[in-house]
Amino acid sequence: MTASPPELDLDTREALAELLLSVADDEFVIGFWDSEWTGIAPMLEEDVATSSIAQDEIGHAKALYELLAELTNDDPDRIAYGRDASAFRHAALLNHARGDWAFSVARRYLYETADRTRLAALAESSHKPLALLAGKMRREETYHLLHADAWRRRLAEAPGDTRDRFAAALRRLWPDAQEVFAPLSHEDTLVREGMLPRSMGELHGAWQAEVRPVLEPLTGRLPEATPSVGGRERRTADFEWLHGEFTKVAGAEVGALW
Amino acid sequence: MVSQSPAPTAEERVWAVLGTISDPEIPAISVVDLGVIGSVEVDDEAIRVELLPTFVGCPAIGVMQQQIGERLASLQIGRVDVEVSFDPPWTSDRITPAGRERLRLSGFAPPRLAPTPVSAGLDELTVLTLAECPYCGSMNTTMENAFGPTLCRAIYHCADCRQPFEQFKRI
Repeated sequence: MTASPPELDLDTREALAELLLSVADDEFVIGFWDSEWTGIAPMLEEDVATSSIAQDEIGHAKALYELLAELTNDDPDRIAYGRDASAFRHAALLNHARGDWAFSVARRYLYETADRTRLAALAESSHKPLALLAGKMRREETYHLLHADAWRRRLAEAPGDTRDRFAAALRRLWPDAQEVFAPLSHEDTLVREGMLPRSMGELHGAWQAEVRPVLEPLTGRLPEATPSVGGRERRTADFEWLHGEFTKVAGAEVGALW
Repeated sequence: MVSQSPAPTAEERVWAVLGTISDPEIPAISVVDLGVIGSVEVDDEAIRVELLPTFVGCPAIGVMQQQIGERLASLQIGRVDVEVSFDPPWTSDRITPAGRERLRLSGFAPPRLAPTPVSAGLDELTVLTLAECPYCGSMNTTMENAFGPTLCRAIYHCADCRQPFEQFKRI
């Protein structure tokens, strides 16, 4: 990579590392949840699609972990597979097991719309390697959004049980979805330096304004909800199980090469 | 008057070799026609090639890096560095006209060129679903799945000649 670490002071570097880790962990964890559908999706087309989306997300995580590793002089594989479950910083939205198909579609829709809002800001980051990567990711995420939105319509327009399950999943995930925009502890620094051109609070407002009118005809009025400090620090038994799965191979033979 | 063509420069020799290296996932097209070679620099010590991945998570990146490294090393010009870069980002508009024709001949619809700013909202997404059948040229086609056998390919069906086909995704 051409991203030789610029002359950043310690505070700025720490702030940037926190931002990179949060986005990378989101992409990594949703990628692994999606990969849970490989082989058992409701139809073959969805098996292919969900697997492909999972591969994209884990690929994005890899590229972000590489940026982070350069910044902190670490190893991307160690960051991905060598951390305890408690050290992950994904949003609470990604703490839940995949659930049924309606639940997965609900999460994917909430995540993809939030991720698009965030990527639009990151594509204008003053940290050029991040801006370039975010710009590239955005083009790919357009297809994910296309997919999530098509399923959102399909489930919302379906009769009976399908629609009810989907609406219930959206209502259940709504509070945790806010945490994609949980404030970062060094956010002031990031905004001041232009690394995060819009604050998480601003991005959250923009996202809510976009998704409420789309979802509320189905779900009814969604509660007022704001991102919380620590919205990226809560871990669940579901996630601990997933963490055990995705670290199993790396942990079986530490330091193995292939 | 007969003009003697001058001996190719080192850089021209590098491009000539790159033109013979196939994309690992769609061998009909070379890495040059695919537009993934961002830049080539040659000096006394090294050949430096910038590789622009089609997709960030493309599993073929490592294979391409290795193949390019090995084939260019055989020129014996010097060390070969193949760096992955997102500057500029690869877009499907980087595929050359010759590359688009090769894709079509091997049954892939080339990605559409019409500009579609991705920033502008959901409705523009429908533009991504359009493809021209590589067999009969019909636009009477439907996207069956935006996700195909590899990250860069989508699956379509042509209602006129009744062929399924793949499109190299517009991105």
